[in-house]
Amino acid sequence: MAQVHFSNIGKTYPNGFEALKPTDFEIQQGEFAVLVGPSGCGKSTLLRMVAGLEEITSGELSIAGRIVNAIDPADRDIAMVFQNYALYPHMSVRKNIGYGLKNRGIPKAEIAAKVDEAAALLNLRDHLDSKPSQLSGGQRQRVAMGRAIVRDPALFLFDEPLSNLDAKLRHQMRIEIKALQRRLGVTSIYVTHDQVEAMTMADRIIVMNAGRIEQIGTPAEVYHDPASTFVAAFMGAPPMNLLRTRAEAGQLQLNGGALCDTAHRGEVIVGVRPEDFLPDPAGPVSMQVDIVEELGAHRLLHGKLGPETVTVHVGNEFAAEPGPLRLSVKPGAVRLFDAEAGHRI
Amino acid sequence: MKRAGFSTPWLPVLLLVPQLAIIAIFFYWPAIVALHSSFFLQDPFGFGSTFVGLDNYTNLLGSAEYRRVAVFTLTFTLLVTVFSLALALLLAVKADKVLRGAKTYRTLLMWVYAVAPPVAGFIAVILFNQSWGPLTELFALFGHTYMVGVNFNDTAFAMILASVWKQVPVNFIFFLSALQSIPRSVREAALIDNRSASGRFWDVTFPLLAPTGFFLLIINITYALFETFGIVDTVVKGEPGNNPMTLVYKVYVDGFRGNDLGGSSAQSVILMVLVLALTVFQFRLLERRIHYT
Amino acid sequence: MRKPKLSTVIDHAVLIAGSLFLMLPLLMLLQMTTIPDTEIIQTGPSLKIGDQFGDNLEKAMLQASGFSGENTGMSMLKNSFILGIGFAVGKIVIGMTAAYAIVYFRLRFATLAFWLIFTTLLLPLEVRILPSYEVVQRLGMLNTYQGLIIPLIASATATFFFRQFFRSVPEELVEAARIDGAGPVKFFVDILVPLSKTMIAAMFIIMFVYGWNQYLWPTMITTDEDMYTLVRGIKQIVQVLEGAVVPEFGRSNVLALVAVVPPVLVVVFFQSWFVKGLTESDK
Repeated sequence: MAQVHFSNIGKTYPNGFEALKPTDFEIQQGEFAVLVGPSGCGKSTLLRMVAGLEEITSGELSIAGRIVNAIDPADRDIAMVFQNYALYPHMSVRKNIGYGLKNRGIPKAEIAAKVDEAAALLNLRDHLDSKPSQLSGGQRQRVAMGRAIVRDPALFLFDEPLSNLDAKLRHQMRIEIKALQRRLGVTSIYVTHDQVEAMTMADRIIVMNAGRIEQIGTPAEVYHDPASTFVAAFMGAPPMNLLRTRAEAGQLQLNGGALCDTAHRGEVIVGVRPEDFLPDPAGPVSMQVDIVEELGAHRLLHGKLGPETVTVHVGNEFAAEPGPLRLSVKPGAVRLFDAEAGHRI
Repeated sequence: MKRAGFSTPWLPVLLLVPQLAIIAIFFYWPAIVALHSSFFLQDPFGFGSTFVGLDNYTNLLGSAEYRRVAVFTLTFTLLVTVFSLALALLLAVKADKVLRGAKTYRTLLMWVYAVAPPVAGFIAVILFNQSWGPLTELFALFGHTYMVGVNFNDTAFAMILASVWKQVPVNFIFFLSALQSIPRSVREAALIDNRSASGRFWDVTFPLLAPTGFFLLIINITYALFETFGIVDTVVKGEPGNNPMTLVYKVYVDGFRGNDLGGSSAQSVILMVLVLALTVFQFRLLERRIHYT
Repeated sequence: MRKPKLSTVIDHAVLIAGSLFLMLPLLMLLQMTTIPDTEIIQTGPSLKIGDQFGDNLEKAMLQASGFSGENTGMSMLKNSFILGIGFAVGKIVIGMTAAYAIVYFRLRFATLAFWLIFTTLLLPLEVRILPSYEVVQRLGMLNTYQGLIIPLIASATATFFFRQFFRSVPEELVEAARIDGAGPVKFFVDILVPLSKTMIAAMFIIMFVYGWNQYLWPTMITTDEDMYTLVRGIKQIVQVLEGAVVPEFGRSNVLALVAVVPPVLVVVFFQSWFVKGLTESDK
């Protein structure tokens, strides 16, 4: 059953700026959907439209089978976790978590029980009477989570909730949020500009760019079969190598060598993930290694392949040095994109 | 406005009504009345008024008396502004520098902020009392017989002294807070780049204080023009005579005492234009203001 | 012990000199309240601490000095408090509600309201004093507290201050509150007002001092002696001193001191709030 249904949803500001082009898709019951894209791509606008904080200028949005276009945020049966947490600074943790319940006229005893339950789930029991300013970043993040789960909503909305945390804590909270969502089984929409977060947390990723959805798919689909050069370059660190070249006589020509067979002709963009290039003395193409980046478990070789910049991912058993290096490519790993429009061929 | 503001239609109107009603009745109405009556000549016995066009204005600008008051106001404003700013800056720089007793100095240097201007004038009158005022006695040592209310310059000096005394604390508070908001790293970088303390002050600290200084300049000019009314009135003891007075004081004297409503209104309008010009000047400069943050 | 550096000595000397410059005049006033009037006429202020302070205080606070016999120090003190507190409270209530409407609501005529309100920042009461007086007179509000207080509120300083503060409150707070089911009134009462506590305190101190120290407006609006404030009373004090055979310096100096003490105490005790309010209001 589709929990959230976007039917031709679009957003045009009064000044004529089209922040979101009409969009159609569904999010399933219990699914963890991640909206990812660079800043200004419209992902936050889309999320805020779901929350009811931003007016929907075209199309219909339904949550749990009910059209909510004209419904107040408070009545949409959603909960939201904000980037800066938006905790009420003058209220204790207990009151912060319980405020939404209190406004719904739920009896005090019930609120107390629910707040206790949420606090136990989030390891916040010892901090219930602290003010937000007395908490660490990670704890504040948990309070914001608590405020969302205590309401037991039909839909969780996350607006870049981890971007104010340091790298280590971010990693930990990523796992916690995902585990919590699994456990509660609540449908979630999660906005981030961090593709690692998107890859690791999502059941399905929605990649956005310039007010448009570029691709919707599982993390593996988006990673291995990007629908466009934009997705190829945005997902993955380091990103997919994109090399402009020609297909001639049934073969892809790259820096004087024939990379692989192809049915295509003319100018194309070749996409190869860094780990899909293999050092191979008998390989068809040759790159010039300029810098070897040592990462412990593996190494990244940065250099040139003809006029184009490339990055190659090798294991730590491969002793690389600056200089020429012959490469082959894993079978089936080459992706081709239209040289003009950038879409997948 | 907040991007997710409320869209309740009647509540904001209800919230704005008290403010709008008060300013309509006590701001816009009087301002319009002033503008209106500045074009009329009021009958001294209260039998109506006659439209006289710009006569009130031309009379004013042609009046030697008005020009004299304007020149005094200008001099007075200049002196009060310069001295209170300079003194406050000196004290703020020192108070920012010392480690011991910084808090005590801060308190001692700012509490005069709370003293009402007429009390400052009242104290000046005591200090310059004809027969035993301590400052009168000090001037007597130098052979000058000090006569507040009789000698023009003596009276003017007493006014300026009281006005500066009253204004130093405000400027001090602003300068000190500006100094304390200069990042530590900037001071440390300056310490490494420049050996001389005075060089550091003029090259680094002073330019960083410029926005505050400029803001204070406007505040001080407004203060000297308007808020010193209480000082002027107490120092001249309510007897303008040939004593120095500011433009605002003259508005009050001509309109309230002399019943020259048209002339007084014209003076009000001239002051309004002056303040508007000052504000426009301020905004203009603020836009291009040396913003370092 | 280490010898202090010369520059440190100079710093302290400058600060002490500055402090004395600001303090001595009021200490002199204080000294003069402790000696009999007859002595003042002969010697003026001196270093002697006399024993007349109690008598002078009693005379100033409890005995009337005017013609009607109604403006004792006590009644003036009461009026000053009414003006100071009434002005501060009125200004804050009106400023906060107006700023709330401007910042947090979608309003069709918001820009117009904004400009109507903020133009009032441009023209101080002093330049429109006579027509303002006429308006108050026409409304029959001479010698009333309303006439004293309300026209002084007709400027947008507090509105501007709260607008600046509300704009600095994170956007997400109102969004979170809306999702939590708080309407505009609940958000204001439950969240915005508690959040503004420090700002309200700072504004209150500044406005209290400003209202307390008003001179020109009370001078014009109050002619009944039982409506005089302490600061307004200064004018009369000076005039009485001029005419009398044995001027009552003791009484008048006590009144001047009483006019100064409450605002000074407020500023000194709530110093950090006061400084914060003052320096942040004008950014």
